[in-house]
Amino acid sequence: MDTKYLFKRHNTYWVKVAVPKDLRKELGFDLRISLQTHELSEAQKLREAVVEDFKSQIFAAKKNLKQSNGKNAVKTFMPVTDTSNPQYYHKVVDCQYACPAHTPVPEYIRKISKNEYTEAYMINWESNVFPGILGRTCDRPCEPACRRTRTHEKPVAICRLKRVAADFKDDVSNLLPKAPKKMNGKKIALIGGGPASLTVARDLIVMGYECTLFEKDPQAGGLMRTNIPSFRLPEEVLDAEVDQILDMGLNTKFNYEITSLKKFLNKDFDAVFIGTGAPKGKDLNIEGRKDADANIHIGIDFLTSIAFEHIDSIGKKVIVLGGGNTAMDCCRSSLRLGAEDVKVAVRSPFSQMKASEWEIEDAMEENIPILENHVPKKFIHKGGKLTGMEFQKVEAVFDDNGNRSLVPTSDEPVILECDDVLVAIGQDNSFEWIERDIGLEFGEWDMPVVNPTTFQSTHPKIFFGGDAAWGPENIIWAAAHGHQAAISIHKFCQNEDINERPDPGTNLISQKMGLHEWSYDNDISQAKRFLVPKADQGVALKSLKIEVETGFDESLAMEEAQRCLNCDVQTIFSESLCIECDACVDICPTDCINFMFNGPEDEVRQNTRIPALNIEQDLLISQILPTKRTMIKDEDVCLHCGLCAERCPTGAWDMQTFLYEEAKVYS
Amino acid sequence: MTYIVKPVNHHPNLEKNKLGLTRRDYEGTISTLCAGCGHDSISAAVIEACYDLSLSSDQIAKLSGIGCSSKSPSYFLNQAHGFNSVHGRMPSVATGANLGNQDLLYLGVSGDGDTAGIGIGQFMHAARRQLNITYIVENNGTYGLTKGQFSATNDQGSKSKYGEENLLAPIDLPTMAIQLGAGFVGRSFSGDKDQLIPLLKAAMKFKGFSLIDIISPCVTFNNHAGSTKSYDHIREHNESVSSLDFVPIGQEIKTSYEEGSRVDVPLHDGAILSLEKLSKKYNPLDKSLAVQSLNEAEKNGKVLTGLLYINPEVKDHTEILNISDTPLNQFSDKDLCPGSDKLAKVNASLN
Repeated sequence: MDTKYLFKRHNTYWVKVAVPKDLRKELGFDLRISLQTHELSEAQKLREAVVEDFKSQIFAAKKNLKQSNGKNAVKTFMPVTDTSNPQYYHKVVDCQYACPAHTPVPEYIRKISKNEYTEAYMINWESNVFPGILGRTCDRPCEPACRRTRTHEKPVAICRLKRVAADFKDDVSNLLPKAPKKMNGKKIALIGGGPASLTVARDLIVMGYECTLFEKDPQAGGLMRTNIPSFRLPEEVLDAEVDQILDMGLNTKFNYEITSLKKFLNKDFDAVFIGTGAPKGKDLNIEGRKDADANIHIGIDFLTSIAFEHIDSIGKKVIVLGGGNTAMDCCRSSLRLGAEDVKVAVRSPFSQMKASEWEIEDAMEENIPILENHVPKKFIHKGGKLTGMEFQKVEAVFDDNGNRSLVPTSDEPVILECDDVLVAIGQDNSFEWIERDIGLEFGEWDMPVVNPTTFQSTHPKIFFGGDAAWGPENIIWAAAHGHQAAISIHKFCQNEDINERPDPGTNLISQKMGLHEWSYDNDISQAKRFLVPKADQGVALKSLKIEVETGFDESLAMEEAQRCLNCDVQTIFSESLCIECDACVDICPTDCINFMFNGPEDEVRQNTRIPALNIEQDLLISQILPTKRTMIKDEDVCLHCGLCAERCPTGAWDMQTFLYEEAKVYS
Repeated sequence: MTYIVKPVNHHPNLEKNKLGLTRRDYEGTISTLCAGCGHDSISAAVIEACYDLSLSSDQIAKLSGIGCSSKSPSYFLNQAHGFNSVHGRMPSVATGANLGNQDLLYLGVSGDGDTAGIGIGQFMHAARRQLNITYIVENNGTYGLTKGQFSATNDQGSKSKYGEENLLAPIDLPTMAIQLGAGFVGRSFSGDKDQLIPLLKAAMKFKGFSLIDIISPCVTFNNHAGSTKSYDHIREHNESVSSLDFVPIGQEIKTSYEEGSRVDVPLHDGAILSLEKLSKKYNPLDKSLAVQSLNEAEKNGKVLTGLLYINPEVKDHTEILNISDTPLNQFSDKDLCPGSDKLAKVNASLN
């Protein structure tokens, strides 16, 4: 009777395969399964496949064991989280952490939901200097980071809520800091009148520095004035926020172009800040470029000319080359200048366009076609008059390293008729005016060498910021750079070590008001993202001056503000109070909280109630508890609803607002 | 209790069971018990067990009496049937329901007052009759709703929150149930879900009377030094007799314990309870040993937990009484009123 691997239990045949000793911890003493039959003959038939399966399991486990031998010889444990490090809780506030200027986003959104627009505005003004401008034009690095993209779907409309604060604020002139009565005698030159220089000026004037702004254009604002069309950013909004800084007592030299930094350094300034941006639009030198020059324009120059009202018309048929935000502004501006047929041609596939999603949407809403995979080949002209363009169709191919190349397809070249072409394929810095023998080192791509923390160049007196430092970015980066450069300039002028950076200001305040009451609104809004109302297209397309977005009204703003999850209201855990009753584990709607044995990070992340696979999000690790377990909270999808703290009988969990203020030169 | 409704949002990677439901689908309304109440942990364990077993809520009836414990069925399985009965009378209602429909899974939820106090007679007869029910006692040793008097399960010498000593000896429900012939008797602790959840799953799959006495600390009135039903006391004095693995039909057993220390107990439907005996002396199939061990543990101030006793051979009340398997609501008029010929025959047989 062949009963190899078989045994009988409760009249049923089972298969059993012994497990080698070294694998017993993982697989058990043996592998066994019921064949669910009483007949030996049938069991013998079924046996083979099962034994085969068990053996392959054992074989695979053995292979794993061999591979990991030696590697895991010393068991490591995740260290207890140091919550006194301001960056731990800061990182939980995804939006604020993603914002280059670290604007306390949930804090100002809560103010908006209480109709405290002026306070909301001032919180923004402290961090990002231009709330009204940024509330319309920011690239919003905060929004893709928003926790709601992980717990719900679309992020809170953070950017447009900033605009709400600016739209509905009272007069803030009394709240703005002023220059001290007696200045400190130090003089600072700011070259370029854009957001970076203006931020430096704002921070330093308050500290008593005499600042002088040199700008080649007749007005301050830089790219905010020249490159952003008025239908996105009305001039009054821009003027108001630029004037706030000019009115603090900033000396201005407009229409003042500096052609030699060497000569400029002879002037009596204690430090020089260069915030000249990336003002040179890239050109496209292909066949016919020179011949048809009269009707080929560089995108940002074209936008500047519109801003200063040097041009007021364009041909009927316009092609815009490029897939970035400038291209989107160019095509929409063309429509308003009277063009009837505007097309955007992009080299890359549509999905890889550089422009922000919402700016592409806005262009498409105005019925502007975007032609993807079109590489410009030549400008077609008749006796110097531009008549059209020829394109080669391509497709994007990726190699094993993920590098993209655009490979021509076998399609016939595409010819599009046009009267004017706008080239918006990128921007470059322009430092011809800086001599290379003044002790200011230039590095890769002919860019100045700038310390990424202090913004100091290799010439100790000269500081850079904004696009001039590391190439084209967004306004919010310029503001962030400006704050840091101001700190450095101050320390430099006071003979302090500029590498010693000031700590951010942090504050934790309990939100508990009663047994089940919190001073923040912990009920989670399930509303979908609200759309920003827009002006009627029939009217909006007729003028460059009519702002397309009319902005949220107060009631929409209130509802949108309710969508904020208050991620800055932190879940604070106190080991000494915890009685390990599990109440928090049971109530947590998103299964963030675990009481488990500590181990190496990858093991812990696998063993949480729901594996914590989003490694960009931290785990809060407690000290070891009386049962030898550790409280491990996955910050990933915590709703900050406070139910853990409400269900906690001992107050081991508390909800505390964490206010993080990035250091400024004044404090 | 909580002012806001628990947000509907769940973790995006929350798993689904065979019915396509998540654990959240087995929840009830938000608890109004005190924060940190052991009963809420038990509710969470019931949710987990039902989710794991892929049970359909419409096949479950929750029955309870009066007390904090008996409120708790509101906080799980809000799609299930339910009956909140008179104080201590849950077993009678369960008996009636059981006779009417054997197809449902009956979850009796009671407390130490409801069971060992006012309802002790009902409890004893339900066990003796082998009523097919999973009888959960949420045992905190105190009358929480009336401000913390000693209940009948409170240990002699244990102190109340106000400092008085309990002068009376306790009723030990598992010992009583074993002696009355219950086929499945376990004890667990609300703070040990690793033990509680497999025990609940096994009890729900057991045909016959299954009792789980769950020590469930009352954070408000019985969680102080001097109490023998506090989180700290139970953690210190807990002695688990077995580690249980519930293995559904057709699934292979993977256990890491040596042959000799393991007992596999088959259930009626073919599923297996795989037990690791933590004490060499203990055997959950041995009735007198179980009672003896419970007595000894009590003497030594230990709380014995795990599957204390199981008798897979036991017959439930439907088998004993030979009652029809068909639920009453599935009988047609013809079945219920078979006509005068049948009646005449029945009458004749009684002459």
